[in-house]
Amino acid sequence: MNKTDVLIIGAGPTGLFCAHQLGIIGLSCEIVDNLDKAGGQCIELYPDKPIYDIPAVPECTGEELTNNLLKQIKPFNIKFHLNERVEELKKNKNRWHVKTSAGIEFDVAAIVIAGGVGSFEPRKFPVKECEKFEGNSLFYSIKDKSIFKDKTISIFGGGDSALDWAIELSNNSKVNLIHRRDGFSGAEASVQKVKELNEQGKLNLYTKFQMDSVLGDKNIEKVKIKHDEGESKEIKSDYVLGFFGLIMQLGPILDWGLNIDKKTVQVNTENFETNINGIFAIGDICSYPGKLKLILSGFHEGALAARGCFKYAKPDEKLRFEFTTTSKAAQERLGIKK
Amino acid sequence: MAKITYHTHDNKIHTVDVQKGLTVMEGAIQNDIPGIDADCGGGMACATCHVYVKEQWLDKLPAKEDGEEDMLDMAFEPKNNSRLSCQLIVSDELDGLEVNIPSKQG
Repeated sequence: MNKTDVLIIGAGPTGLFCAHQLGIIGLSCEIVDNLDKAGGQCIELYPDKPIYDIPAVPECTGEELTNNLLKQIKPFNIKFHLNERVEELKKNKNRWHVKTSAGIEFDVAAIVIAGGVGSFEPRKFPVKECEKFEGNSLFYSIKDKSIFKDKTISIFGGGDSALDWAIELSNNSKVNLIHRRDGFSGAEASVQKVKELNEQGKLNLYTKFQMDSVLGDKNIEKVKIKHDEGESKEIKSDYVLGFFGLIMQLGPILDWGLNIDKKTVQVNTENFETNINGIFAIGDICSYPGKLKLILSGFHEGALAARGCFKYAKPDEKLRFEFTTTSKAAQERLGIKK
Repeated sequence: MAKITYHTHDNKIHTVDVQKGLTVMEGAIQNDIPGIDADCGGGMACATCHVYVKEQWLDKLPAKEDGEEDMLDMAFEPKNNSRLSCQLIVSDELDGLEVNIPSKQG
């Protein structure tokens, strides 16, 4: 059991800055995120794209912003639980008992949901029968590439994941790469490499094709693909891989009894608490009149929610407002030596 | 104002007036038309406002910007008449536009 003052759900910019604000006022916290790294949408959707509206930062990328936030919270030694999704929530007297997908348990005084638009899950094939083969001969990510050795693999997608895996697996497997158009969104060098491999006969490229159906009994045997102009082809496949990026799903949060409207959680604007005492929501996932889905709004919401957590974590103490410029206590927490 | 017609997957037809300058995505959200999620809020970063545009309107639409086609790769069942509705800004020229909303967005 991990005992801490506050559990933050979501390691995007809003969650990270909220952790900072908790640290400054002397509260401890731990952070859970479904992705394998911190940064949320900034890292998953636009690591290299510039952001121009962070106050006092004229330009930075999603990755730079994340790295700076991680640097800013370094003094607090915050524990991250990545690749974990929060599943269960139970009230236990004045505290909350939380359990994640991997069975990690927390005992906390308050919870801050900074979950963006939900947790990222792979986008799946629209073809219904795919579900039957998922996890056995159809995958949306690769954990053990050795299973593909000397097999025939059909990869769908046109981004970096699809291209990189097509190139990598073509060394030891027979690879078909199927994409819905001639253009690719992946790196130009990878596109060139795939085209070369196709010309050399080391890989089969099918463009303007999409999946029509998958055929097989226990395992996939063939996939049927359909061209834009109607022509279909059946290609032998032992495995099918789909790389269509990630989609955000609200997941178990829906079952916690929160007031939810159009995938967002309603909060008050005084401290961003939800309809349930001790549960706060900040960033893209919260809604209130006038809500702007900007990172800067998430920072403000996180600062106020952190202070809202104080009365649950330290009910017998009073929180005084202080500036980091002059507060000795805050500077000590930041590890600043003078 | 321009009239925009959204055909939802349950075969319902929603014709609404959308203010010029707003996007076809915003028109759907403001009028509570189901099936357009717009998770990223219009930033061309998610493909959950994907629509199929009625064929006769395709060449009247503004051309796709870099990045829209890349995002459409991620959409649920993209077709030749697929667009991201956050990229379609409502104008006089689009008065009467009809779009179909896919069965799901992800």
